[in-house]
Amino acid sequence: MKTMLTAVAGAVVALGFASAPQAQELTGTLKKIRETGQITVAHRESSIPFSYLDDKQQPIGYSMDICAKVVDAVKAELKMPNLKVVYQPVTSSNRIPLLQNGTIDIECGSTTNSVERQKLVAFGPTYFRIQVTAAVKKSSGINTLAELNGKNISTTSGTTAVPLLKNYEKTRSIDVKEIYGKDHAESFLLLVEDRVSAFVMDDILLAGQIANARSPGDFKILTESLRGEPYGPMLRKDDPQFKALVDRTLSALYKSPEMERIYNKWYMSPIPPKGVNLNFPMTPQLKADFANPNDKGV
Amino acid sequence: MNPAILLDQVPDGDGTWLASLASGLQYTLSVAALAWIIAFFLGSVLGVLRTTDNKWAVRLGNAYVELFRNVPLIVQFFVWYFVLPGLVPAVKAWVVSLEPTTHQFVTAVVCLGLFTAARISEQVRSGVQALPRGQRMAGYAMGLTQAQTYRYVLLPVAYRIIIPPMTSEIMNLIKNTAVAFSIGLVELFFRTREMGELTFRYFEAFAAATITYVVIAMIANRVMAFIERRTAIPGFISGGAGGGH
Repeated sequence: MKTMLTAVAGAVVALGFASAPQAQELTGTLKKIRETGQITVAHRESSIPFSYLDDKQQPIGYSMDICAKVVDAVKAELKMPNLKVVYQPVTSSNRIPLLQNGTIDIECGSTTNSVERQKLVAFGPTYFRIQVTAAVKKSSGINTLAELNGKNISTTSGTTAVPLLKNYEKTRSIDVKEIYGKDHAESFLLLVEDRVSAFVMDDILLAGQIANARSPGDFKILTESLRGEPYGPMLRKDDPQFKALVDRTLSALYKSPEMERIYNKWYMSPIPPKGVNLNFPMTPQLKADFANPNDKGV
Repeated sequence: MNPAILLDQVPDGDGTWLASLASGLQYTLSVAALAWIIAFFLGSVLGVLRTTDNKWAVRLGNAYVELFRNVPLIVQFFVWYFVLPGLVPAVKAWVVSLEPTTHQFVTAVVCLGLFTAARISEQVRSGVQALPRGQRMAGYAMGLTQAQTYRYVLLPVAYRIIIPPMTSEIMNLIKNTAVAFSIGLVELFFRTREMGELTFRYFEAFAAATITYVVIAMIANRVMAFIERRTAIPGFISGGAGGGH
């Protein structure tokens, strides 16, 4: 076991990650977990399929399955098999403040690893990569983003899609009129009702809305993308010991066959609560991320 | 807390966060002003109807007030913006032809105007009913019609009595414009949230918005206190000497 860990750690160093500190003195999050006897895992309430509440109000999801491996590794590292795991729901507005003030220790949701956010927090290795693109009705005949010129489109306020779209408009000198929904369901409703020609958002979230629509066959997701965005577990900044633990645990997981099983469980099979199948095969970009685990932001 | 963030550029946009919040403020103020005009006139008509001798006019007014006061404002926004165009094809054809921002703006003005009208009507009714019954009778005895009695005897005093609660309604209306974020209108609260989401500087964003709302509400309060003093009838009720409410 020891040799295997060393081998993995060696591989991690070779990949450019900060190596685990050799000193046995615990610091940062690991020290806090040891002292308090508990680890607080933050989850989202409706980020399907990443992290959400099932019909029994238990947090489940793709990101939660991955973070469970981190929790197992913490238990092994600290030799605390009975470590108490506390689940804390967070929103897109409070996830960063709660991480910074120590309420939560790791966030497992659908948080984009951006350079802007890296000024405030750290990220573990990317576990998903979304493409920001548009959902349209098949009947509209629209196949590219450029064809949206002069049309009304919907998007959800406060998401990274908004500045991306504005930037795209400027560089391509096309003109679209944005209508903001306050959440994804409302933005999608505008598309269903033909009030807009397209809904611009992360592809996986579009797939989630379409899978739940009354007639999923009416919609399609464009293959063109405004930008790819990596999702990763969010950690406190300047906490090298915990970061190294997360990095080596997840890097090993991504390269194991276990990862494909977890992926298929959430993206290629029916999932709670409604038993909807997202039918979202692994993209080549994500395969590359798993072959070379990394925490590069955009 | 670092207010300098307000001078940072909006990502891929034009101008600073401060300019973004200021543009939101313009929407907030124009929605409030136009909604107030609807609310004041419709509310006055309904309030008067509810104090007349006509049983059916009273019922109509009461039904309106019950309907608009009992449904949460955010639900009313949803109904006007999503449900109505979804139900009536003619409305949908019309809103799709509109500029999206115009549609949101018109929806916000109409929704807030009709909602606030219910509250104004309640104030007008209580103002008229606060007057001694003798005033109405004196009007009739002098040969004035019901309309003339309202115009020359009852309403001039009733409106003066209800200036303090009307001040509260104006301040409420200004604050209620924030709910228009739910239909995507880019008013002050929408811009504040957007700034928070994109910079993670919620404290600065919401501090700026809070101060702005407080200042506007205080200005509205002072203006109404001024009107109250200027229109006061010497020797009759308070006359706004204290100013505040």
